[in-house]
Amino acid sequence: MSNAPVDNGRRRFLTIATSVVGGVGAAGAAVPFIASWNPSERAKSAGAPVEVDISKLEPGQLIRVEWRGKPVWVVSRTPKMLEQMKEHEGQLRDPQSQEPQQLESSTNDYRSLRPEIFLAVGICTHLGCSPQFLSGGFGEKVEGTDDGFYCPCHGSKFDMAGRVFQSVPAPLNLEIPPYTFLDETTILVGEERGVA
Amino acid sequence: MFGKIIGWIDDRIPMTRVWNMHIAQYPAPKNFNFWYFFGSLAMLMLVNQILTGIWLTMNYVPSAEGAFASVEYIMRDVEYGWLLRYLHSTGASAFFIVIYLHMFRGMIYGSYQKPRELLWLFGMFIFLALMAEAFMGYLLPWGQMSFWGAQVIISLFGAIPVIGDDLTLWIRGDYVISGATLNRFFALHVIALPLVIVILVFLHIVALHEVGSNNPDGVEIKRKKGSVAEEDKPKFKFHEYYTDKKDIVDAIPFHPYYTVKDIVGVVGFLIFFCWVVFFMPAMGGFFLEAPNFEPANPLKTPEHIFPVWYFTPFYAILRAIPDKLMGVAAMGASIVVLALLPWLDRGTVKSVRYRCGFHKWNIAGFVVTFVLLGWVGATPQTDMKTIISQVCTVTYFMFFVLLFVYSKNEKTKPLPERLTK
Amino acid sequence: MMKKLIIGLFALSINVLPAMAAGPSVPLMEAGNDLTDQPSLQRGAKLFMNYCLGCHQMEYQRYERTFRDIGIPTEVGLEQLIFDGSKVGSHITNAMEKDDAAKWFGAAPPDLTLIARVKSPDYIYTYLKSFYKDESRPFGVNNIVFPSVGMPHVLQELQGLPTPITEQVEEHGHTVTKVIGTETDGSGEMSVDEYDQAARDLTNFLEYVGEPSRLDSEALGLKVIGFLIILFILAFMLKKEYWRDVH
Repeated sequence: MSNAPVDNGRRRFLTIATSVVGGVGAAGAAVPFIASWNPSERAKSAGAPVEVDISKLEPGQLIRVEWRGKPVWVVSRTPKMLEQMKEHEGQLRDPQSQEPQQLESSTNDYRSLRPEIFLAVGICTHLGCSPQFLSGGFGEKVEGTDDGFYCPCHGSKFDMAGRVFQSVPAPLNLEIPPYTFLDETTILVGEERGVA
Repeated sequence: MFGKIIGWIDDRIPMTRVWNMHIAQYPAPKNFNFWYFFGSLAMLMLVNQILTGIWLTMNYVPSAEGAFASVEYIMRDVEYGWLLRYLHSTGASAFFIVIYLHMFRGMIYGSYQKPRELLWLFGMFIFLALMAEAFMGYLLPWGQMSFWGAQVIISLFGAIPVIGDDLTLWIRGDYVISGATLNRFFALHVIALPLVIVILVFLHIVALHEVGSNNPDGVEIKRKKGSVAEEDKPKFKFHEYYTDKKDIVDAIPFHPYYTVKDIVGVVGFLIFFCWVVFFMPAMGGFFLEAPNFEPANPLKTPEHIFPVWYFTPFYAILRAIPDKLMGVAAMGASIVVLALLPWLDRGTVKSVRYRCGFHKWNIAGFVVTFVLLGWVGATPQTDMKTIISQVCTVTYFMFFVLLFVYSKNEKTKPLPERLTK
Repeated sequence: MMKKLIIGLFALSINVLPAMAAGPSVPLMEAGNDLTDQPSLQRGAKLFMNYCLGCHQMEYQRYERTFRDIGIPTEVGLEQLIFDGSKVGSHITNAMEKDDAAKWFGAAPPDLTLIARVKSPDYIYTYLKSFYKDESRPFGVNNIVFPSVGMPHVLQELQGLPTPITEQVEEHGHTVTKVIGTETDGSGEMSVDEYDQAARDLTNFLEYVGEPSRLDSEALGLKVIGFLIILFILAFMLKKEYWRDVH
């Protein structure tokens, strides 16, 4: 055993340096384990955009399509629905769609690319149930509004633009998926392409 | 605050006591050399296999219809799936490399001798469990080698008189290797055997810490109480559990001295390990055999079938003997005889450093034999190789016979009073 | 001493490696392909889709991933390399029924996703260059590395129909005629060099598909090993520092 005095500063520095670099290494080693939980190529392939034909969609009607395993609603809104949407804006949490629940292109009064066609992911922003479409029967939930969406699980209410009403559990407006009008009667759900 | 939390825990479980007893104040001989890295490296590989294994089961499909495709799914579709799989497949081979070197260390320094017989036996059980684990894991990719390798190895049990045929049928759960076999092997590979191995590793370490580590000199560091002068005792503090019963010489605490040293070993090892994982995971057909990239086909045997390299020395012994039952018996004996080493070696001097010259040659011969057997078992059989494997089978067992004979009245060199260096 | 022994054994085992790769008895030609050569991979993909996919699938490999890895824009790939209207995310498969195929060819054409790993790139390259005219075979061709091959020479319009070069060899006391090489008959669209390149491109593509992660793996591997070397130096210095207490 040598009698050279122990250089505590050097010892501490090397301990810390090795620990830090080793810690970085451990974090790096965790990356593949964490990343492997991301959707695989198969899941991504199954989650590819889907085309929807709306040529048979009647005014006031709602159709559901599946995109990435989730229900996506496509609604043809009547002029009356669009009219009533403006009247209850005072009762909404986020009437101007400030929260990023939609892409830039749908951040408008109608939360859609075209006023009469509305798309939304039909999953309540509270705990993930799928709300019901109350066509003409929404008046008993919100006075003066004939149509809207009502979540049976915990009573959250959304208007015909998927905007959430105040004093319900759901915190946010319904999510609007990215979509593109391929032509007058075909919508591509899942991808927003530049205006052709 | 921190001290308070520690105190709170220590009142409830013996955390600090165990830490001190087994790590911070555990007396380890100060002269561990290169060969003493392989214990901690084996632990590293065990952790690697368990972690990557758990992650592989997240995407692997244990069925005859889905297994092969699910492995390719992991290799192609899962993010970093290829890395997890290569870490696991390379890890299996690396585990055996490390274990063989660890066992070899025990052989040259006599670590199996009294009082470490049980420690050695637990080690042998780990080795056996590991072979079973590796064998069952190799069926899971459901490639050609998986299938035919399992076919051959399971058929070995058919050599057992009277019950042999029924036994093989029972192991397979079908008339051929099938989905039923795959599913039971999967269950054993991912749950039962890992559990057994972890428990055995725990017992291995308990046994180690009770008797204390051997060292390259084979001279005990624990001496009779009162036999060591005060100035000869190390300046370090060791746990009373050890110092109450014995006087200790030439020891250092495991932590920090061997922890920092093992980190060097671990990182150095990882450099080689990662080189293989990232650049040559198939290792020229040794770690991943080419025919295993073809899905299992019960109607077509590959041209040459070999077990993975870590089984080939024992496989060569099997092939060397032109009789089914005797071949299987010889292969079994070649492993059992290793476990009996503590009783076959009748010497009292442990380390090869102080044993007779013949012992050195005997060990060197054993190494050559083992490597030759491994090579013969991994390559297509020829007349020449059959002869080599037969000669090597004899020399393999001769090692133990000779050891038994010369160790009785062996002419050894004088042992040093204290550890050298 | 022991360290040297280990290193020696390791070096020895490396030398034994090539002996492991069990192959055909015919010496293989060197493919000389390069996975980083994207134009070559793209030409190889095109050859595969046009000439091989009719019978052989790549049932574990997806179009989209392939296009991304070998540098083909999705739209171009959709238009020029997917012939059956498959979605870009789907596997590279064909509509051939396995039972029908077995009837036509004697055995179902094997899946080629992993062929480069089962055989080797050199094998594939040699195989593609070893077809020769043999009227005794059902498809009028045979192959030097795959005797009695059950497949037509699908690249015949490119290479032409090579004629065999034979040699008399003594084998077990008999004189047998062996095919040792082939000679072009000049009826193909490609020159000899052009065909060699096409075979190399196709080999390259098959090697890529066998292990699509190869290049990612090597790029990541260099970083990981570089990092480990730094950590090793630090850990080594730390060990030296602490062990001054002992020595």
